[in-house]
Amino acid sequence: MTKDNHGKAYKFGMVIDLDKCTGCGSCMVACMSENNVPFKENETDKKDSLTWMTVYKLTNGKPFPDTDICYMPRPCMHCGGKGDHGHSPCVSVCPATATDYGYDTGIVSQIYTRCFGCRYCMVSCPYHARYFNWWDPKWPPGMEEYLSPDVSPRMRGVVEKCTFCYHRYQEARDRAYYEKRDTIAEDEYQTACTQACPAGAITFGDLNNPDHEVYKLVKPDPHNCGRPRDPKAFRVLERLQTNPKVYYISEREWVRKAGDNYRKGEWDKKNMLTKADGQH
Amino acid sequence: MDSALIPEGARRCPFPVFAAGIAVASAVLLWGVYAMGLVWIKGLNQTNMNDYYGFALWIWADLAVIAIGGGAFFTGLLRYVFGIDELKHIINLAVVIGVICYSSALLILAIDIGQPLRGWFIFWHANVHSMLTEVAFCLSLYFSVLIIEFIPLVLENRQLDKVPFFHNLGHNMHGIMAVFAATGAFLSCFHQGSLGGVAGVLYGRPFAFREGLLIWPWTFFLFTWSAAAYGPCFTLTVCKIFEGVTRKKLVKDNVVDLLAKISGWMIATYIIAKIIDTIYWAGVTVSDMGFSFMHFYSDNAFYGVWILFTEIVICGIVPAILLTVKRFREDKKLLILAIVLGTIGVCINRWVMVLQVVAVPVMSFDTWALYIPSWQEVATTILPIAYGIIVLSLAYRYLPMFPQEQELYDAK
Repeated sequence: MTKDNHGKAYKFGMVIDLDKCTGCGSCMVACMSENNVPFKENETDKKDSLTWMTVYKLTNGKPFPDTDICYMPRPCMHCGGKGDHGHSPCVSVCPATATDYGYDTGIVSQIYTRCFGCRYCMVSCPYHARYFNWWDPKWPPGMEEYLSPDVSPRMRGVVEKCTFCYHRYQEARDRAYYEKRDTIAEDEYQTACTQACPAGAITFGDLNNPDHEVYKLVKPDPHNCGRPRDPKAFRVLERLQTNPKVYYISEREWVRKAGDNYRKGEWDKKNMLTKADGQH
Repeated sequence: MDSALIPEGARRCPFPVFAAGIAVASAVLLWGVYAMGLVWIKGLNQTNMNDYYGFALWIWADLAVIAIGGGAFFTGLLRYVFGIDELKHIINLAVVIGVICYSSALLILAIDIGQPLRGWFIFWHANVHSMLTEVAFCLSLYFSVLIIEFIPLVLENRQLDKVPFFHNLGHNMHGIMAVFAATGAFLSCFHQGSLGGVAGVLYGRPFAFREGLLIWPWTFFLFTWSAAAYGPCFTLTVCKIFEGVTRKKLVKDNVVDLLAKISGWMIATYIIAKIIDTIYWAGVTVSDMGFSFMHFYSDNAFYGVWILFTEIVICGIVPAILLTVKRFREDKKLLILAIVLGTIGVCINRWVMVLQVVAVPVMSFDTWALYIPSWQEVATTILPIAYGIIVLSLAYRYLPMFPQEQELYDAK
């Protein structure tokens, strides 16, 4: 990232410790504030609300006193796609190349001024991480003053989603370039949700860098499309081979099981195999 | 009043009766145009779509009209490329239906996008990996071919035909129509297929996803096949509606019988392929993803196994049998039942491949999402029907759409 501007390839990712998350929603608020996400006057219908970061509430389905709850924050997963080659479900289908995969960052971008609102990307995303601007973006009088100048507001009729606060990466990269550094430090680029989480449940960094906390937490396997090697870590819908860059950690077995779909008996079989591997 | 425009010798209803009928259809059309204006001015918030239902009624309507309009390319292929001469007596109708269906599809697409003024980006910033890009290119090109196929019929209008230039143009275009029919069939194979590919490539959506051959999922081939199979059913259905409304026989039985038989065999082979596809999808594809077959047909208020049964058995196997067995095909009532079931069958297939795909929960903690379209969506979906009725009525009144009409009338 010196004069020729050739930096190394990052693979930014997120690890969310579900045992720490309290479901407070700070990440959602921070995200909306940071990224100029508009809201509706009436937000009761969540299916057309813009929430780049959404917190799902999961339960183990058991009656009292065995009931257990887990809150699962869900940003865009920034999928690497099948084989982790960058053909994310959404990127590969966008007819106008309005969403793209950054091979230097692993971040899936969205070009708002090129999107013409066909919504094929939304249909392709199994995580519901993409949102359509059904309405003109509006803020209460005076609130426009609080908008971030680093993020462009989106117009009606286009799709938007979490960018891993890409503008913060750009800022960190510019600073590194100015200071003639080749790399950016871990703490130089952090997403708004990571910083806002009061429980410290969200960790963000470079999955390619063994010194970064995200790497240490999940130990992604580079020969297996980044699958976590830590037995407590998992990715949502791993079996679809979307290869997301958002990982989750939980000590609780039912939470890990909820991360994917299993036919009858499959989970137990998988667990037995994992345990057997651990013993070797 | 307009007798100078009506084909020579043809008997048509009095102009006031015709005008009254057109006025009724126009009223419905205007209702749709009003809804379309609302959507264009106020945006897609006029619909009941949401972030779960990015694709909904309109995309289904799009896929459905393109499938049932498939009679145009397939009949054209049979007539001009395979040289089945009898079909020249129904090809005009198939082409007019094709023009209506494809222009409707383009209009619906123009309404359905969030930024209509940027619609051209699909060509300018084309992503060659996207099936939708292929759809856009092939659809537009094929619509151009359909217009070229439609022009000679328009030029056969009694007054236009008197102009030597138009007469010669129409005659010469007829001469080279095989080239356009072959081009149309080629383009149709790709856009019908890529519409199937739109769903089939969605590897994040287990209900839609299919393995396939090279870059084409099996739905690519199934969609092309089903459009060729069921498209003629719709052509024949419209023909029968025409005969019912005008109380005249317009196409000879041998022509109807031939197209019905071809359609029947196409449906029979398609439905075998579809059954194999469904079994493989249920037993291997979704099983590998951790889903059971019943995950896609239970725990919700609408989508049950009934819809699969209706699509494959009632609207697939039944019309295939009725149309392939001569005895059944020659029974007028059974013939009509078969072609209507066939038309419904392909529409159900397109419905599930659009709406059920997004309704099914994929994450284990997600829930089914059902939706009811807004009146604006319904009105804009009915709009093409009103538009189709008007165009077909005009074409029937002023153009020699059914070449056997006079002969059949004289023989009566």
